Amino acid sequence: MKNYATIILSNQEISPAYFRMRILTPGFAAVAAPGQFVMVRPELGLPTMLRRPFGIFRTGCLPAECEGLPPREYMEILYKVVGEGTRILSELHQGDRVELLGPLGNGFDLGAPGREKLLVGGGIGLVPLFMLGEALLAQGSRVRLLMGGRTRDDILALTEFERSGVETYVSTDDGSFGEAGLVTKVLERKLRKYPDAEVYACGPMPMLRAVADLCASLRADLQVSLEAHMACGVGACLGCVVKGVGHSEATPRYLCTCKAGPVFAAAALDWERATVASDGCGGECK
Amino acid sequence: MPATRPSLAVEIAGLKLQNPVMPASGTFGYGEEYAPYLDLNRLGALVTKGLSLNPKAGNPTPRIAETTSGMLNAIGLQNVGVSEFIQGKTPLYRQLTTPVIANFFGNTLEEYGEVARRLADIPEIAAVELNISCPNVKQGGIVFGTEPTAAAQVVTLVRKALQKPLIVKLTPNVTDITVIARAVEEAGADAISCINTLTGMAIDVKSRKAKIANRTGGLSGPAIRPVAVRMTYQVVQAVKIPVIGIGGIMCARDALEFLIVGARAVQVGTANFIDPGVMMTIIDDLEQFLVDEGLTDINQVIGSFTG
Repeated sequence: MKNYATIILSNQEISPAYFRMRILTPGFAAVAAPGQFVMVRPELGLPTMLRRPFGIFRTGCLPAECEGLPPREYMEILYKVVGEGTRILSELHQGDRVELLGPLGNGFDLGAPGREKLLVGGGIGLVPLFMLGEALLAQGSRVRLLMGGRTRDDILALTEFERSGVETYVSTDDGSFGEAGLVTKVLERKLRKYPDAEVYACGPMPMLRAVADLCASLRADLQVSLEAHMACGVGACLGCVVKGVGHSEATPRYLCTCKAGPVFAAAALDWERATVASDGCGGECK
Repeated sequence: MPATRPSLAVEIAGLKLQNPVMPASGTFGYGEEYAPYLDLNRLGALVTKGLSLNPKAGNPTPRIAETTSGMLNAIGLQNVGVSEFIQGKTPLYRQLTTPVIANFFGNTLEEYGEVARRLADIPEIAAVELNISCPNVKQGGIVFGTEPTAAAQVVTLVRKALQKPLIVKLTPNVTDITVIARAVEEAGADAISCINTLTGMAIDVKSRKAKIANRTGGLSGPAIRPVAVRMTYQVVQAVKIPVIGIGGIMCARDALEFLIVGARAVQVGTANFIDPGVMMTIIDDLEQFLVDEGLTDINQVIGSFTG
């Protein structure tokens, strides 16, 4: 993990309120694992001070423009404008400078090669699933992405998933794209067809709760990537904790989303009393 | 360039620091969290997360919210407890040359005394910082920090329990901080650190709810710096023991404000979250300030306020 100031290569609106930012990150791709995140803020970032956490969508490398120059490694984040911090980021342009800390946290466990993999993404929750899909495909697994959103505007980057070899299934609450209804309906159908599948989910807490309930009842292995408000991203501020199994006042089992997560085995969390601060934070919080 | 580098060394209650910069408790974990980002041995001192007798769960989430030039938190003093601290965290400190200051608190007077006794014989702990000022817990903490008699009582008890330098961290959430400062000095404090966070509140206008679950929280960050500089100035005037200034320090210039009004050292808090390397920058820039000003020793700056 590194702490550095770097520049934006591009920052574009890809769907209403959703942005895709490409940031120059030398030496980053080799160490970033699927499911990890970064903390980002504009250099000289006032009036917002704190960095915002973002899941890493993908890493890549631009070919060298001239002989003798090194290729340029980059990282991409997808984010939704939900507050002041993301609004300011959305107004930055190519060449603007950002401060970046990362990659941070623990990524996904890739599980058993060859087993069916079901990825469940709600809105901006698809962000950490792209690198995961690529890694799972590389290990020889069959990968299906179940993507849910309120409307078609919330469905992002489908073509890229398909190009990478992931099979995609879309549902929207209002039926404006794909199947009408919740993504958990699609998940239940797939889980009954592939009872041995390992499930990976990221999205808003109500969706994750529903996915966790469903996976528990069908005895499917589930990993979730959580979103939380964070100040530091490295386990020092204790602002992003979530309750682990067995938590009580007498035996505290608070786990830092940033350091123990953001990816957790669903069985490690106390879903009854889960109070992660994710409501409405969208892409602003990983 | 001068032939020799200027000295940043300061002394607080017998504790020799290579420079006056240290993290504020609760913003630096137990030190290990930031070890990948900076050389802990370059710090003036390392101040730990506040410790209690038993592990403490802390408050419900959300616990933090950003505000204008500030940050509200109600972590609720979540910590591993003094036994786990001694067993699990002090081995790292054995490898450090930087002195470690253990911050601690109790729910009751007895707990304050017991934690102090546990820390008394731990060689890796060079000094203690007594927290009587956390605004985020119902019991303990601030109860002892807002009333001079109670403050003196807890300081007297802790003073008896250990021989290490005793720093007392004060709350700004009082009518007159100098009254509390004098009370803890008379009761045996070796130094004072001021200030802790200011009690604040932030509202989500759509849901009409408080932005943090505890409703109120401690405000930190640059928003509180002028208040902290003023209180540091007042406390320096009121007591003879050394004062450590805390509150919204983001850069060397901010730190210098505290030093000029008489603080012997400073603690950096929220800025650590924004830039893990900020204390190194502040140390380097303090040295550069001395060079630029033609000074040879940071002590020439301390208390140089001209009105």
